[in-house]
Amino acid sequence: MSSSSSSSSIMDNLFQRTLDDLIKSTRLTFLPEHAFISNAMDEIRKEIKSTDPHTKSTALQKLSYLSSLHGIDMSFASFHVVEVMSSSRFSHKKIGYHSASQSFNDSTPVLLLITNQLRKDLTSSNSFEVNLALQCLANVATLDLARDLTPEIFTLLSSSKVYVKKKAIGVVLRVFEKYPDAVRVCFKRLVENLESLDPPIVVAVVGVFCELASKDPRAYLPLAPEFYRILVDCKNNWVLIKVLKIFAKLAPLEPRLAKRIVEPVCEVMRRTEAKSLMFECVRTVVTSLSDYESAVKLAMDKIRELLVEQDPNLRYLGLQALSAVVGKHLWVVLENKEAVIKSLSDEDPNIKLESLRLVMAMVSDSNVEEICRVLVNYALKSDPEFCNEILGSILETCRKNVYEIIVDFDWYVSLLGEMSRIPNCQKGEEIENQLIDIGLRVRDARLQLVRVGRDLLIDPALLGNVYLHRILCAAAWVVGEYVEFASNPFQLMEALLQPRTNLLPPSIRAVYIHSAFKVLIFYLDNYLLQNGGATSSYSSNLAGGDSELVNGKRRTDATDLSKSESPNSDPDESFNPRNITKSSEDFPANNNVDRIVNDGQTFTPSFLEKNNFTHESIVSLLDLIELVLGPQTANEDVEILERARNVVAFVNFVKVDILDSSVQNVDILEKKNALVSAIIQLMCDAFSAELGLVSISAQGRVAVPDGLVLKENLDDLQSICGDIQLPSSSFGVGGHHVDTTFDDSLSNLVKSEESGPANESTSLLEHRKRHGLYYLPSEKNGAVSDDYPLANDPELNSNINDEAENLARLTDQSLLLKKKPNQMKPRPLVVKLDDGDVAPILVKRSEPRGDSLSGAVRDVLLGNEARPSSSRSNPSDKSSGKAKGKKKLSTDPASEMKEQLGDAEKPDLENQNSRSKHRSHNKERRRRSPGKTVEEGEEHDQKGKKNSHRHGRHKTRQRANSPLNSETPVIPDFLL
Amino acid sequence: MGIRFVLMVNKQGQTRLAQYYEYLTLEERRALEGEIVRKCLARNENQCSFVEHRNYKIVYRRYASLFFLVGVDDDENELAILEFIHLLVETMDRHFGNVCELDIMFHLEKAHFMLEEMVMNGCIVETSKSNILAPIQLMDKTS
Repeated sequence: MSSSSSSSSIMDNLFQRTLDDLIKSTRLTFLPEHAFISNAMDEIRKEIKSTDPHTKSTALQKLSYLSSLHGIDMSFASFHVVEVMSSSRFSHKKIGYHSASQSFNDSTPVLLLITNQLRKDLTSSNSFEVNLALQCLANVATLDLARDLTPEIFTLLSSSKVYVKKKAIGVVLRVFEKYPDAVRVCFKRLVENLESLDPPIVVAVVGVFCELASKDPRAYLPLAPEFYRILVDCKNNWVLIKVLKIFAKLAPLEPRLAKRIVEPVCEVMRRTEAKSLMFECVRTVVTSLSDYESAVKLAMDKIRELLVEQDPNLRYLGLQALSAVVGKHLWVVLENKEAVIKSLSDEDPNIKLESLRLVMAMVSDSNVEEICRVLVNYALKSDPEFCNEILGSILETCRKNVYEIIVDFDWYVSLLGEMSRIPNCQKGEEIENQLIDIGLRVRDARLQLVRVGRDLLIDPALLGNVYLHRILCAAAWVVGEYVEFASNPFQLMEALLQPRTNLLPPSIRAVYIHSAFKVLIFYLDNYLLQNGGATSSYSSNLAGGDSELVNGKRRTDATDLSKSESPNSDPDESFNPRNITKSSEDFPANNNVDRIVNDGQTFTPSFLEKNNFTHESIVSLLDLIELVLGPQTANEDVEILERARNVVAFVNFVKVDILDSSVQNVDILEKKNALVSAIIQLMCDAFSAELGLVSISAQGRVAVPDGLVLKENLDDLQSICGDIQLPSSSFGVGGHHVDTTFDDSLSNLVKSEESGPANESTSLLEHRKRHGLYYLPSEKNGAVSDDYPLANDPELNSNINDEAENLARLTDQSLLLKKKPNQMKPRPLVVKLDDGDVAPILVKRSEPRGDSLSGAVRDVLLGNEARPSSSRSNPSDKSSGKAKGKKKLSTDPASEMKEQLGDAEKPDLENQNSRSKHRSHNKERRRRSPGKTVEEGEEHDQKGKKNSHRHGRHKTRQRANSPLNSETPVIPDFLL
Repeated sequence: MGIRFVLMVNKQGQTRLAQYYEYLTLEERRALEGEIVRKCLARNENQCSFVEHRNYKIVYRRYASLFFLVGVDDDENELAILEFIHLLVETMDRHFGNVCELDIMFHLEKAHFMLEEMVMNGCIVETSKSNILAPIQLMDKTS
């Protein structure tokens, strides 16, 4: 095998394995693949250095085989490739060129060495050699190669040999892309070939124009007559497809052109037998000619045929065509609703996905309930993957633009609950987010949220499903936060404390315990409220002296308490204990507590009647908590431990009094109750402060000022935060800030209404601030004008005018909000923040791509060649050409800046001063550096089609009154 | 660029021919081939021949043991690409006579050559079988 290592080149030649041998032995070998390949590579490395051209080329042949199929790096051999390319024997040369095409890229250093070899072969009399060079150039051409070889390609474009000419046309695409100035030389010849009578030439040239036009269609508008002729005359389906693609790009730019081609396109659609061509016609109509009713109708007939085909390919394409048309002609999709829904249960996941997209496109506020019901039923029956696709798209669609299509939030919240119970559901995170988000935004949905949350919590089976844990977390939070809506708090408590909660991860159990705490407070509060309306009077009797008792009683938190004399220094400390200690500490300061009915609690009375907050129930509740959470006070997770301890300590404290009250006489009872009730009152207030939305840019607005010293005095912090929350531009992200006007009407209301709790829950407030959680609590509205708006305030509700006004403003902001005037049920107010509700999508300005290329094309086409520029001069003038190329490669920042400025001014220029723009056309184009073309193009590609499309349309309008059309001699032909 | 790459892969997932029309590093190629093969070979014949992958489409077709996979831009005509694949297979069939995987293995260069005749820069330039084969047959004769 390795006899080829012998020194003699003749021996090499004799014993060298050919590529065939190599392939045969790959099939026979018992060696593992990598070992076999590394053997072969050793062999090749030796052989490729041989001086014998045959040995060398065979080695290279083997190497490129291994490289292309086994991913062997062959960059080490690039110099040998060049050597073999320059061999005089065609069979060797062929191998060399093939290897070069396969392995060279823009950064291959030896590319600089092949220019002359390529030129020699391009001018060869042997058309196969010319062909090799052209093929290679098509794959590896760089700016230098393209520039230096443009004259040769120009010559070949008018070659008498069809074979060579065709290839030269093919290579032009790469040359233009790398070296746009080549357009000035070659473009006319390229255009001439559109009229060629040789079918292969037409195929090639139309293909090239299709690619060129897809990058910047505008430049090719003047060629419309040629394309039109091909569209009408040509019988070759390949060519017709490409021409249709070109027209699909051109038609939106020039309405008159669109009008002209509608009939021929329909004609082709009607008469063709080929599905591919028919489908291309359909696609052209739905994307570019959707204003022409008759064409759309015809296309729809064809789509309908596709949808009922046996062939899954055609069904898939039918659905795709539908989704292309959905934006403009929704009726078409609605008409084919059945076929679309049927495709949901197709065997092919791709078809299912496509039809799901279509179904979601049909959703509107009037049918969302119906469609979601159908989809959820499908999800139940589907495989896990598709099930989650369905759920994901429902969630996404419904959430869009702050739930704009949802009118009945009760229904939607129930749907979320239903979705959570689907066995394959893995969308826990999204559902969790939406449950909490709706709770914060939509006041009217809270009742239903609590119901749904309760249903989820009391089902022990759900706790076993890991994917649902996040949802349960949200449910627990919701029932705790909005416990005042609960019909049966005791049941909630049982659900929150059920034994199977030990299946939850600690962070979620902590939420459970915290929610249990909230429920407990609510329960106790109501109990006291029920048992004596005089609660509030008691609380005012409480003097500072009593708070000593409070402190004393709370032994467990004694250390915390001492710390809280000097405010919290540990930001990691959990939320709960702070509240307790602080509210008890703040207690003496706030002894003028009024019994304030908070927003939430306005609803309480209606439930109060139903519930018997009896003494027995309280006792059993406290027992339950003690029983369940007692063991958790030794839990090893710090979150659980802390919360459990707090709750248990609180229970112990309350329990003594509550239990006593049954035996002691009335006086003591009252006194003790007074203390307990005051505490409970405080806790209740602390919890009832409503949480608001957090602006996404809130964090961005919080900057650490220079030389900030973190002080322990919270008063200082207050002033700093006050500053920061102003919509000062320096902190705003992307210039977004909260709409202050919206707030003003609200903040006044809030200010007067909530001045009470503001005093009370300062501790809570400060806690939140200190922990960097910018909840932007409602109490702040009075102080800082640019806070978030509160959810549906009861007082606000009465003020219909105000609300309507606000709503109107909100609708203005969301462009897509289509409200049906006669809705059965008024849509509840959904709180929105102006900034940061949705992460700001930076609207990238789409720059005209391939500027230099299309500029050049336009110049050539419009005969606008009177440019005092050297770049148009004969490209064989190499010295100037090269110098220019180098200048272009180095894009200096200054010129780029200028370029951007120029771009920014452009729309104005075009509108106001189009004449001068035309005159400065050349200048403007020249400012752009060709070197940038490719990057710009790629960037442009990635920006959604929609964007560029819209941009394109925008331009057409500008074009309509731009002199480019009216002044050029081409215009008469324009309309064919 | 209409066509981004043409792959031929056998049932076992081994690449038999790979032609790229945009530059990818060897690692990128290997990763891409792996992903595509996993995606496409798992599908059955009752499913459609189009797969969306990253930001482009793959149109594929199976002939006996060999899969022909073509990566195309999003707005390329899928049916036309299927016809292109068929044309390629027919062309090879005419040249090799009952073309099979082995023919492509042992005549990889020729297969590439046919592709080159049909596609330049990702753009289909020739659709006539005899035009594609003429230069190859001539070269066979001369060499």
